[in-house]
Amino acid sequence: MSERQFKVVGHSEVKVDALALASGQPLFTDDVDIPGMLHAKILWSPHAHARIVRIDASEARALPGVVCVLTHEDVPRVMKTTAGQGWPEPSPYDTPMLDSKVRYVGDRVAAVAAETRKIAEEAIKLIKVEYEVLPAVFDIRTADAPGTAVIHDEPDAKAVIPVPYWPERNTAAYVDMRIGDLDAGFADSDVVVEQEVETQYGQHCPLEPHVTICRIDEYGRLVIRTSTQVPFHVRRIVAQACGIPVRQVRVIKPRIGGGFGAKQEVLEDIVAMLCLRTGRPVKLEYTRSEEFVSTRTRHPSVSRVKLGFKRDGTLKALYLRVRTNTGAYGSHALTVVCNAGAKTLPLYRCENIGFDGDSVYTNLPVAGAYRGYGGTQGAFALEVAMDEAARTLGKDPVELRRALHIREGEGSAVFRALGEGQEGVEQKIGSCGLSRCLDLGAEAIGWKDRDSRRGSGRYRRGFGMCALMQGSSIPEIDMGSASIKMNDDGSFNLLMGATDLGTGSDTVLAQIAAEALGTTLDRIIVYSSDTDLTPFDVGAYASSTTYLSGEAVRRTALKVRDQIIVVAARLLNCQKEEVELPGNGTAAGRGKTVSYEDIARHALYAHDQFQIGAIASAISHASPPPFAAHFAEVEVDTFTGKVRVVKYVAAVDCGTAINPKLAEGQIEGAVANGIGYALLEEMVFNDRGLCLNPSFRHYRIMGPMDMPEMVTILVPTYEPTGPYGAKSVSEICINGPLPCISNAIRDAVGVRLTRSPFTAERVWQALQGRPA
Amino acid sequence: MKTVIEVNGKVHELDVPPDEILLDTLRALGYKGVKRGCETGTCGTCAVLLDGVPHYSCMLLTAAMDGHKVTTIEGLGTPSNPHPIVQAMAEEGGVQCGYCTPGIVLSAKALLDENPHPTEAEVREALDGHLCRCTGYVKKVKAVLKAADMMHRQGGQQ
Repeated sequence: MSERQFKVVGHSEVKVDALALASGQPLFTDDVDIPGMLHAKILWSPHAHARIVRIDASEARALPGVVCVLTHEDVPRVMKTTAGQGWPEPSPYDTPMLDSKVRYVGDRVAAVAAETRKIAEEAIKLIKVEYEVLPAVFDIRTADAPGTAVIHDEPDAKAVIPVPYWPERNTAAYVDMRIGDLDAGFADSDVVVEQEVETQYGQHCPLEPHVTICRIDEYGRLVIRTSTQVPFHVRRIVAQACGIPVRQVRVIKPRIGGGFGAKQEVLEDIVAMLCLRTGRPVKLEYTRSEEFVSTRTRHPSVSRVKLGFKRDGTLKALYLRVRTNTGAYGSHALTVVCNAGAKTLPLYRCENIGFDGDSVYTNLPVAGAYRGYGGTQGAFALEVAMDEAARTLGKDPVELRRALHIREGEGSAVFRALGEGQEGVEQKIGSCGLSRCLDLGAEAIGWKDRDSRRGSGRYRRGFGMCALMQGSSIPEIDMGSASIKMNDDGSFNLLMGATDLGTGSDTVLAQIAAEALGTTLDRIIVYSSDTDLTPFDVGAYASSTTYLSGEAVRRTALKVRDQIIVVAARLLNCQKEEVELPGNGTAAGRGKTVSYEDIARHALYAHDQFQIGAIASAISHASPPPFAAHFAEVEVDTFTGKVRVVKYVAAVDCGTAINPKLAEGQIEGAVANGIGYALLEEMVFNDRGLCLNPSFRHYRIMGPMDMPEMVTILVPTYEPTGPYGAKSVSEICINGPLPCISNAIRDAVGVRLTRSPFTAERVWQALQGRPA
Repeated sequence: MKTVIEVNGKVHELDVPPDEILLDTLRALGYKGVKRGCETGTCGTCAVLLDGVPHYSCMLLTAAMDGHKVTTIEGLGTPSNPHPIVQAMAEEGGVQCGYCTPGIVLSAKALLDENPHPTEAEVREALDGHLCRCTGYVKKVKAVLKAADMMHRQGGQQ
């Protein structure tokens, strides 16, 4: 528990942009009117796997109002990845802007820019394409079998870091890890539990679809206003794809209508090229069905887990095998599958651990980063196996986990062995509130007297739980930075590359700045993510913003604080060491007080003038895991198989919650998304690879009436490496509902749901004794 | 087609193609608080009040709106003079990305106009038809209940 008292940190300050957003101010990418703007549309592949034998855009080009048509014949072939990751990327370079081959229904074939959206839509229909249809690959289990069609047979697809990459076997990524002696561990076990689970295609569903407006500015530079989580990676990758210098590109991130990983994907290259070719502003806005099919999805997976226990509950051996389906391109293929192990296996003490992971290409939509990022798939496997193990051992699942989970001061060999596409970084746990999460969560759900509440007859109640961990940033890879300058009135501009995509990070980071600067939140003017104006940040992913960008902000603010103290000492006629900053925008010393306004005016106008200001960066040498215990109460209708979540409890240790209300919001949103993925959400494909339900009417996400009673419990700890004790909170809780609800269904009706989503049909089939 | 609509009290005399949807008309007129989320009447980000009743503006043809009164989020206040529902959304943490919020605020307003003291279940029912991917609705529902309280107290003082 934290004994530290803060003035701004730890308070539920109102989100700095909340009033403007809720009042409908024009803050989003598409909320500007640019005269002369063209509208882009993309022609998508109708085939899962085909070569373009001939493409004729002459009729489209001749249509009045069409300004530019691009096919693979018109653009440079630059192999790259769309995964917006640090450079050099761990994802394979397998995605040119446009190609002579299409690899899924919804792949890019050509692009049009026209005076109106309607004309662009007309023009798309006039492009004549002759395809040679190829055999398609859809099955995750057999995609790498000998004799299967090769999806990336182009000679220039490659990995750019030394990692396994076998496109000839449709294998986009492979990883293995052994710690201790796995065979001996299983041989020494009294009880061995094995479990296989499978997860489905799901989409992020940000309410704002991907939208980008490109224009050439008055100096001939390309300005990209875009809904992205990674503005600096967009700048780099667009420059790479278009063959122009990075200095010719400026990326502006306005307010973003949600991302959840989908907007970590750099899809801006094509609209940038249309803009460069026409010299005119061009907008590309995805429709909802395009958002489903042609942006990115969650990697579907098949996982097998094997646990070996002594009778007393000691874990002797732990093996996890995860295969993910990366779809037509290998975006995040390696790192997501690595994380399926890296974000789960360190949770329990065990000396003998094995992990095998791979990711296969198929002719289905492209998977990418999605909140949870492998942790979702891995936690499902591990936590249902833990539940089965508890049953076999005759132990309470809460107590089994309590006895085994990693503690403060302990390390795990997994941290070192398994990183993101390379070896990981050794770390000791600096803070762990998981035991307390287990206590408080169990109390909130009524775990102790659950046996008396199951019911009989048609509707059966059941209770399930799970334990979770995630990380906070990618250690020694991610970097964040910030700059702060002081203004005449004692206010501060906080400029940072950290990317608020609706999470509230602008507010959280401003709170950190205010705390370190000794002032109030209303004196911090936040501006985030403009590659011309703000310093670098890798962007909003890997649960890094509060922990890593927050630390960069804290360091910057401390540098500025030192300068404030120097000027204050001058004005107060005292030594620097005598100056105190009580936190209200004043400095005190020798019984006198000066305001920050006095200090700023003195520095800017009076004597030895200088700009009070600083820039600083942060990388981390650890990725401290947040921890959580989730509990669900479900009701299963044994006649229909329908599952209703009655109550859901999430008890979470995210270190210091910089803004408790916003932290709760992250938890509640992640849980809602997770419950949707567990019960409702699934992209369905026909036998030709066509997605049959790319709309909210047919791909249901949780609405206000679908939600269970939600209980969110913040369990404070103090992470010594984090800014003011903070760890991450954004991703961890999306990983809970799959295992938690599967475990609750098992408790209610005795059947194990291993294939998500747990639809009424699947539950009913399982109740009839058929494979789920 | 000649169409006259009143938006937030301001009369607009328009000449629109017969297939233009109200969502496009409103955004072109500068009411950017009306958002495009699906264009198929499923997400609620484009919701407006049509003569006081929530509607998906992507499902309405502008030409058929002749003589109707439309309220968009811009008609409810400004950040410096916010509507109590907007205020409560901000204070309760009901705003994350904010893309769905304007539509939800309008549906909440329509509810509170009819039913100033709703139960939580009634709030959830009124917000059904709106999707939010960020918040899990918990704080949004709380915000509407809080706004009802605020409006009741403000009304009581007058």
